Amino acid sequence: MSFFEKLMKIDRRIIFLLIFVGVAIPLIVALNFELEITQPVRKVHGLVEDADDGAYILLSFDYGPSTKPEIQPMAIAILKHAFERDYKVVCSALWPMGVLMCSEAIESVKEEYPNIEYGVDYVNLGYKAGGLVTINHMGKNMRETFPTDAANNPISEISIMDNIKNLTNFDFIVGFSSGSPGLKEWVQVAHDAYGVPVAGGSTAVQVPSLSPYLNRENQLVGLLGGLKGAAEYEKLIASPGTAVKGMDAQSIAHLLIIIFITIGNIGYFVTGKYKQKRL
Amino acid sequence: MKRQFPLVITFFVGMLVIVSQFIPHQPFGHLSDTLESWFLIISGFAILLGQLNLLKVNIIKIHRKSRNWQYYIVCVVSFVVMITIGILWGTQDQPGLLGQGSALVSFFGRKPFDYIFKYFFENLSATMFSLLAFFMASASYRAFRARNLESSLLLISAVLVMLGRTTIGTWLTGWIPENLTYLHLPQIADFIMKYLQKTGQRAIMICAGLGIVGSSLRIILGIERSYLGGK
Repeated sequence: MSFFEKLMKIDRRIIFLLIFVGVAIPLIVALNFELEITQPVRKVHGLVEDADDGAYILLSFDYGPSTKPEIQPMAIAILKHAFERDYKVVCSALWPMGVLMCSEAIESVKEEYPNIEYGVDYVNLGYKAGGLVTINHMGKNMRETFPTDAANNPISEISIMDNIKNLTNFDFIVGFSSGSPGLKEWVQVAHDAYGVPVAGGSTAVQVPSLSPYLNRENQLVGLLGGLKGAAEYEKLIASPGTAVKGMDAQSIAHLLIIIFITIGNIGYFVTGKYKQKRL
Repeated sequence: MKRQFPLVITFFVGMLVIVSQFIPHQPFGHLSDTLESWFLIISGFAILLGQLNLLKVNIIKIHRKSRNWQYYIVCVVSFVVMITIGILWGTQDQPGLLGQGSALVSFFGRKPFDYIFKYFFENLSATMFSLLAFFMASASYRAFRARNLESSLLLISAVLVMLGRTTIGTWLTGWIPENLTYLHLPQIADFIMKYLQKTGQRAIMICAGLGIVGSSLRIILGIERSYLGGK
């Protein structure tokens, strides 16, 4: 058996081990690769940066713990940016787990912004089932859609909600999404039907399905795609967090996968399997 | 009657929602709003129904000792434990039947439900998702081959996008002068995503949209009846 034939039959546990080592080492020893900021991330940053003082913004947490490592850094970075600019932050969720994701994100920025006050600077409205229909209902009447917040306090007693009647009262919406219902629904209803600017962050695998909305009509103003999008945003606000740290590990994992693909293809051609298929 | 009545309701409600999009004035606008409110309420009940169904399916599998029935016990026990502690002590700021559970909060650092969610469920979920990386690496080694022109194009674009979407891309091509930025791997990846990928994606989305319109009309007109159950 030739070297390449042996290589083609390599035990998959060796591949698993290489991936494990490739991911673990950069998490222990930072490699600090340089990051290039892409246009969709710059646009999200511009939207948050250029809003009026005291702007009201809606953050929708439409993801669960499985995609938390990828999306939570985006939410934290946007929250930091929003609180830095003294915006009023209203959080909601189209996914049941999104409520806790929101609480954890706010909890993690509270150390940096100890003066933010619940009900005055931010509120967690909680989860509402219904997806697209819920967003449409929010566009008509926020109080009917969310009569109470996540802790069952009546909306009428929460001062931040005094000026919010429907979606059009928000300066912009940022959706954090890992599936459906998520960012696509926010674009289709909040932007297309009510004209509210929508930006967002999603898992890397979702980016291809969302990219058509990044167009001249600005259906989606900007998009943070996967961990890289989050890392770019962290770099833009000069607050490196878990995304910047995780990018080295993700980059090495991708590089390893590319090396595996290359070796696999070299073996495929050298061992003559290419010809066998043709015959 | 059992099948005809739901068909009539579907037709009436479907047509009403369509008409209200074109004539948002009274009474259509108000009726459409009311239907939306009903939908939100029914969606809430659907979650409860889903939970009961999950419990029923798992209990049946345990009772019949289906293959790997032991795993279903784990599911049922986890389900019951989470619901029970959620009802007893609530979650986050919401009190449960036994109040806020201050003694437990001082012991665990947070409410029992939140503690299990954060330190068990979150990590298990993230682990399951992370395992994909290992399987992807193994699959890429064994299956991702340049067998013909189409797969070669897919392979090349996948490698370029993968490199461009990580810091490796910047590291490899960051030294290229400013006037040749289009040769930077992140820029090449962006080009592929912005023009080639987006074009195909738009075509898929338009087709899917037309498909949804067609399916919706079939349901409203009573041609498609599989949602009623049976054949």
